[in-house]
Amino acid sequence: MSEARREALLWVAQRASAAVLAVCVAVHLATMIYAVQGGLSAAEILGRTRGSVGWLAFYALFVVAAAVHAPLGLRAVLAEWFGWRGRACDAALAAFATIVAAAGLRAVVAVFV
Amino acid sequence: MSATLAVSVWRGGADGAFRDYEVPRHASQTVLDVVTWIQRERDPTLAYRFACRVGMCGSCAMTVNGAPRWTCRTHVDKVAPDGRLRIAPLANLPVIRDLVTDMRPFFDKWARARGRFEGRATRADDFARVPPDSEKRRAAEAGIECIGCGVCYAACDVVARLPEYLGPAALNRAWTLVNDVRDAAGLERLRAVAGAAGCHACHTHMSCTERCPKRLSPTAAIAGLKRAVAAAALRGEL
Ligand code: SF4
Ligand code: SF4
Ligand code: FES
Repeated sequence: MSEARREALLWVAQRASAAVLAVCVAVHLATMIYAVQGGLSAAEILGRTRGSVGWLAFYALFVVAAAVHAPLGLRAVLAEWFGWRGRACDAALAAFATIVAAAGLRAVVAVFV
Repeated sequence: MSATLAVSVWRGGADGAFRDYEVPRHASQTVLDVVTWIQRERDPTLAYRFACRVGMCGSCAMTVNGAPRWTCRTHVDKVAPDGRLRIAPLANLPVIRDLVTDMRPFFDKWARARGRFEGRATRADDFARVPPDSEKRRAAEAGIECIGCGVCYAACDVVARLPEYLGPAALNRAWTLVNDVRDAAGLERLRAVAGAAGCHACHTHMSCTERCPKRLSPTAAIAGLKRAVAAAALRGEL
């Protein structure tokens, strides 16, 4: 893949994930505030998330968007501040993305089952 | 208004230093007037550039009290209310001597961004008819009045961080050509402006737009390039 195409597609991925995150973060914050204000206990929260395919799908999407978005931002920081770019850098960032996705999805599954 | 201005001017090359001058103050005086007075009355060896003195040629840009400006149309009253001026060469470009920078890296990047019109019509063809209010013509119009002064380039932090970045002026120029329906370089130009040293390096922090003396918005042009490049990439053309 040409450098131009790769950068362009990564830019699309960054923008698309940002759009998803904008919605997800808003919903997430509103939900948290609601849960805390209403004085829901951990058990009550788990009672709502367990078996809820809706929450599973929402948070899975949230995690995937974060796993796409964060490494791309980090990529720009590494390139500009530390001059680190190229294959090794991209491989490290792919690993970072995988860890973020795995850790996040594990947590999502944990409140589902 | 004090009778004189306290002016510090950069002298020498990259390892030079500021030298102080006292310059008589006048109404409607421009920063270029101040520099010219120093060169005529105090030190004929002072090197600086200007040509038109009316904001057309783009050769007189310098760093004035920390910000890049076109000096021929910058009034002293506006930038130095306290009567102090610090005048340095433009940032992000190699200093040749005093207030003169080497503009080659700046213009080489216009070439790299394919900032040259590439026509496909021959003399046998009729005139191209471009409706003035068509979307493309309006997009080109928005950026066409660039005078190549380098102010935006000196204002851009990404240029400072990433010396190979094409920079706002070259990308603005490329965007006007992307919107020129007569131009034939299409995809080639999009390829030239894409990538980590091209439009994708821009952080949209708008220093270029804030500083451009012609009130252009290279930021908007670069955003347009990002969209055009993304569309081409998604179509599999890049
Ligand atoms: S908007 Fe882009 S080109 Fe303009 S100053 Fe910021 S980074 Fe540089
Ligand atoms: S875009 Fe504005 S600041 Fe930049 S070179 Fe052109 S006229 Fe000067
Ligand atoms: S001298 Fe020509 S733009 Fe200032």
